[in-house]
Amino acid sequence: MSSSPNRATPLGLRISAIAGLLFLHLPLALIFLYAFTTEERSFQFPPPGYTTKWFGVAWSERPDIWPPLYLSLKVAAIATALALIFGTLAAAALSRARFFGRETISLLFILPIALPGIITGISLRSAFDIMGLDFSIWTIVLGHATFCIVVVYNNAIARFRRLSGSLIEASMDLGANSFQTFWYVILPQIGTALLAGGMLAFALSFDEVIVTTFTAGQQSTLPIWMLSELIRPRQRPVTNVVAVFVVVVTLLPILAAYYLTREGEHTGGSSK
Amino acid sequence: MSQAAIAERGYGPLDRVSDIFFVRPKLLTLVLLLPPLLWIGIVYVGSLFALLLQSFYSLDDYSGLVVHEFTLSTYAQLLEEANLQIIVRTVTMSALVTIGCVIIAFPIAYYAARYARGWTKAFFYLAVMMPLWSSYLVKVYAWKLILAKEGILTWLAKNLHLSWLLDGIMALPVIGGPSLSFSYIGTFLVFVYIWIPYMILPIQAALERVPSNYIEASADLGAEPRQTFWTVIFPLALPGIIAGSIFTFSLTLGDYIVPTIVGNSRLMIGQAVYTLQGTAGNIPLAAAFTVVPMAIMGVYLWIAKRMGAFDVL
Repeated sequence: MSSSPNRATPLGLRISAIAGLLFLHLPLALIFLYAFTTEERSFQFPPPGYTTKWFGVAWSERPDIWPPLYLSLKVAAIATALALIFGTLAAAALSRARFFGRETISLLFILPIALPGIITGISLRSAFDIMGLDFSIWTIVLGHATFCIVVVYNNAIARFRRLSGSLIEASMDLGANSFQTFWYVILPQIGTALLAGGMLAFALSFDEVIVTTFTAGQQSTLPIWMLSELIRPRQRPVTNVVAVFVVVVTLLPILAAYYLTREGEHTGGSSK
Repeated sequence: MSQAAIAERGYGPLDRVSDIFFVRPKLLTLVLLLPPLLWIGIVYVGSLFALLLQSFYSLDDYSGLVVHEFTLSTYAQLLEEANLQIIVRTVTMSALVTIGCVIIAFPIAYYAARYARGWTKAFFYLAVMMPLWSSYLVKVYAWKLILAKEGILTWLAKNLHLSWLLDGIMALPVIGGPSLSFSYIGTFLVFVYIWIPYMILPIQAALERVPSNYIEASADLGAEPRQTFWTVIFPLALPGIIAGSIFTFSLTLGDYIVPTIVGNSRLMIGQAVYTLQGTAGNIPLAAAFTVVPMAIMGVYLWIAKRMGAFDVL
């Protein structure tokens, strides 16, 4: 939508855009740098020396890292699976029908991420208290799935809206029932959007800390482990090693989700 | 046609269900909608109401137990000097963070929407998405490294011979402190950093919808680029800014991790809620405190909807 083909970019704009992007990315680069420092008691800059020993220490000498990691992966997997089912159902229903209260319901599905996480956290916690539920992995999952549904819903509804109605009608005309139409026609069309939504939900759950502090009992997920390391640091570079790991684990699904939704932009049958 | 195809396969129970749905599409919508609606309705909205209810209870000062009787005294406590300060402090911080985010986000969004093409467009998109989705705690931790007294900012100031400036800023009342990671400036910087992507994306979406012929028309009618920006582009980008501010404002209002890790000991709403429900065991007051961001966001969302901010989300 550029207004004239050979318009030059204003210098001031270019500088402030680049400066803004640097501001967004340099802090993360520091996380990587400090994973290699020899100084473990302070955040001295520049690091007095460089070593790779912390990766070994994190791997073999810190057994406290592993249980939170497993718990986080488990919670994220279950929450994502639940979110995929409920989020897709909600998106399918709200994209196909117009009915009274539809706007309110779609607002309701956005609410868990529109309101601050602390509200979700404390209300879930007090509800668990009232119902006498003991804190366990399932209370964590309950909290996570609630906002993961929103992520899947958002991804799925965008795709459902682009889905061509004529394909579904054609499938029905050719004698397929609703389930066959869903399996052979709709699912292949929305598959990449669901995969993308699922990956984002996984990343979100794997990283969540505010709601988790309220819904976890004695167990700690990886973010909670990290939070306690931030408040009471032991070997600081080890925290950095884990942070580097977390960055890589969350970024890969996001890159994948990006490519999936980008290639899926041209949904079959929509180009009429 | 369809009769013949069905005849070949036979007519199973799935087909029967399918036919019912076909005849009654509303029933299908209901069947699809019910499970997720029950989940959100019971788990989320149910808990919210339970919490709201508790804000009308009170805490007995002597026994430390929650009195299950309807009262507004807990809300009255919110208006006490110390609690009011917490609210004012949090709202001020949220407003400043939102302004900070707009200032840094706008040029990025503007460049990405109007000048980036092809691979630069993809680059900008990923450059915004990656920080948005990378770990919240890792981002906070990165700033702990940056703002530490022995960290990179102090080192930079020393090498640029600007230590006097840094010391001068830290000596200021209210916003200063013993070091950057124990001051309001530190808290502000971390908040701005963490929420910026939430501001960039809606602004960019709004800017991308500005039709280029509006801008040409403005130029044809003799407007300077500056005039075109302020009278055509900016008003059309405003819904995007408001949409972004919903996120930056709401997220700052409810956050308690950032001010706990980077900041001075003065509480924000999130921290107050956390300590009240935890160590203090004063669920009613904690619940009343959470009503504050809910009420603020309710009004905010209502205004935002009226200004068309939801169309760019």
